[in-house]
Amino acid sequence: MNTEILGVIVIFIISIALALPLGSYIARIFSGGKTFLDPVFNPIEKAIFKISGIDFQKEMNWKQHLKTLLGLNMVWFFLAFFVLLAQGFLPLNPDHNPSMSPDLAFNTAISFLVNCDLQHYSGETGVSYLSQLVLMFLQFVSAGIGIAAAVVVFTAMRERTTDKLGNFYNYFVKSCLRILLPLSAIVAIILVFSGTPMNFEGKDSITTLQGQTVEVSRGPAAAFIGIKHIGTNGGGFFGANSAHPLENPTYFTNAVELIAQLLIPFAMIFAIGFFLKKRRFSFIIFGVMTAGFLLLLIPTMIAETSGNPAIEKMGISQISGAMEGKEVRFGPAVSGFWSIATTVISTGSVNSMHDSSMPVSGAMQLLGMMVNAFYGGCGVGFLNFYIFIILAVFISGLMVGRTPEFLGKKIEAREVKIAAFIAILHPFLILSGTALASYFAAHDTDMGFWFSGNATDWLNNPGHHGFSEMLYEFTSSAANNGSGFEGLADNNPFWNISTGIVLLLARFLPIIGPLAIAGLLANKKYIPESAGTLKTDTTIFGVMVFAVISIIAALSFFPALALGPLAEYFTLK
Amino acid sequence: MKNIFPMIKLTIVTLVLFAGIYPLAVFGIAQFAPNHGKGETIVLNDKTIGYRRIGQEFNQSNYFWGRPSAVNYNAAGSAGSNKAPSNPEYLALIQKRIDTFLIAHPYLKKSEIPSDMVTASGSGLDPDISFQGAKIQIKRIAAVRKIDESKIQKLVSEHIEKSVFGPEKVNVLELNLALNKLQ
Repeated sequence: MNTEILGVIVIFIISIALALPLGSYIARIFSGGKTFLDPVFNPIEKAIFKISGIDFQKEMNWKQHLKTLLGLNMVWFFLAFFVLLAQGFLPLNPDHNPSMSPDLAFNTAISFLVNCDLQHYSGETGVSYLSQLVLMFLQFVSAGIGIAAAVVVFTAMRERTTDKLGNFYNYFVKSCLRILLPLSAIVAIILVFSGTPMNFEGKDSITTLQGQTVEVSRGPAAAFIGIKHIGTNGGGFFGANSAHPLENPTYFTNAVELIAQLLIPFAMIFAIGFFLKKRRFSFIIFGVMTAGFLLLLIPTMIAETSGNPAIEKMGISQISGAMEGKEVRFGPAVSGFWSIATTVISTGSVNSMHDSSMPVSGAMQLLGMMVNAFYGGCGVGFLNFYIFIILAVFISGLMVGRTPEFLGKKIEAREVKIAAFIAILHPFLILSGTALASYFAAHDTDMGFWFSGNATDWLNNPGHHGFSEMLYEFTSSAANNGSGFEGLADNNPFWNISTGIVLLLARFLPIIGPLAIAGLLANKKYIPESAGTLKTDTTIFGVMVFAVISIIAALSFFPALALGPLAEYFTLK
Repeated sequence: MKNIFPMIKLTIVTLVLFAGIYPLAVFGIAQFAPNHGKGETIVLNDKTIGYRRIGQEFNQSNYFWGRPSAVNYNAAGSAGSNKAPSNPEYLALIQKRIDTFLIAHPYLKKSEIPSDMVTASGSGLDPDISFQGAKIQIKRIAAVRKIDESKIQKLVSEHIEKSVFGPEKVNVLELNLALNKLQ
């Protein structure tokens, strides 16, 4: 067990060690510096812009950035929606999987578009290879959108007064081409040589050693899994996601997939320091995030390695910890680590089934998504954190009686209103969705069109845990995470449509908010730092941000957590 | 509205790049990987009898058994049980699995059964069991196959796989294949 915990520490340290140079590389890309990959990517990039007829040097203000962002997303939504609706008739479908129902296609297209990948289907039976490729395309571009949006905010944070914040197409194409593509290719190649399939043939049929006939699903998995983790998407090629032995064959690939999902969220934080030449500021942010991460991680690893108390009582040996829903080749230590990494970051891929996690772990996974700003997804993690910074600056300003300023710009009523709205939106979406679903479940309502049967039938577990299943689904949607308490029967109009709407609101409003704040601030007069300035690169400010995050999370979510996982914890003996 | 055409054109170009060229490049590289990227298979007498990474159902008494599976080891799909640790029906099922296991292995003490042998895996296709899970089955198999226990003991020890930080494990399919060769 001790070596397994050591393994977790090593994986974490390697991720940080790789993220530092990557952060510097990212900063150089977006500040127009030279990188060693320029000879490869410069011509490709020029060709892309030429064919598309885009002038990538035209400066945009924050509203033009937003319009471009939303326009691109609209085009991609229709592309994915119609491919999923018609996949049964389209080519590259060797397993003859049927087309999706409209509500499932709606949910799936949105969920991949917003970098969530909720997946109310199973990869083996729910999609054709053509659809897998289109979904893989969305995994690239949705991550690219997140990084590009964050870069707009980085640019706005520079110490000057301007409304010109670079070109969105430029940021977007560079993110996809120069960051996501090479990293995904590296991960995909490692996977291919470790036994992950990359072929276009359909299911194989074999007779086993005991003489049964079974089928084995395969497909172009390795390329898909590369971007799935690098882009913090998390959508599985197979139903069991990264618990599947072909999607994640060994302990080594598990480490690679973990590092791959931690890498860009870490690197984006370091990139701020390199980009703005404020390294202390980025280390303070990273410190706050890491403190939050560890507070979630440690209880989870203790709970998972100690095992289920109810099974302990039956008298068998739980020497390796809680094994329900886990794979022997990973074990509970690194599975617990993965479950927190994937929830604080918006990946949402799983290598163990969260529905079967210990109650404490379930609470920590939920909390990771409820905060949604400890590291966070590609680009958007920082955008969420930015909101908390603005609130912390405002509150600290009030506490010491100074005009709140952030990086030389005055924070005024308008910015704070936007920040407060975005901060409240997240709990609002989670809690109102859960309340609606719980109301139906509590009354065991006949759902008619919305669900075949009565509402309690969508639960896979009774009692407090059943409530947690519904809470988790909405939390995962609002955090654009994509993991699930997968026992929930979620492929039906009620869950497809309700979570689809939550996904849309929870993706785009938290991008629009920070972009608007940053755009407004960039336009304001720059006030040089003086003795009266509130310093944002100090430990005290870090503690302040952490306090703001904790207070908002505790006030919003404690009652829901108490009804679900905490109640389960106290009743499980 | 005029802005929509560059967006559509950009979508097509990036679609070709990320959903066409990228997967084809990985596919090309996969031709140099084990079994040309079709998944590592195990071939016996010119017939594929399994995938190395995919577990198979073993319930006959002359074989090592794998873990319980929520999909009965049919790799056309994959899933865990998704049962909550507090679910009473689930806990009753675990109790039943322990009892069944003890009937098949009457020589065992309850505390010798490791939890992985009575809990379902995440994928339903877990190819491995813990070393302890294999060790406790040796006596039964030795009796059924009428082989010396020490020989099987040795075979199991040879099949322990351990990465630097990962847990000790035994691949059930490979172990059973080796078991067949023993006779």
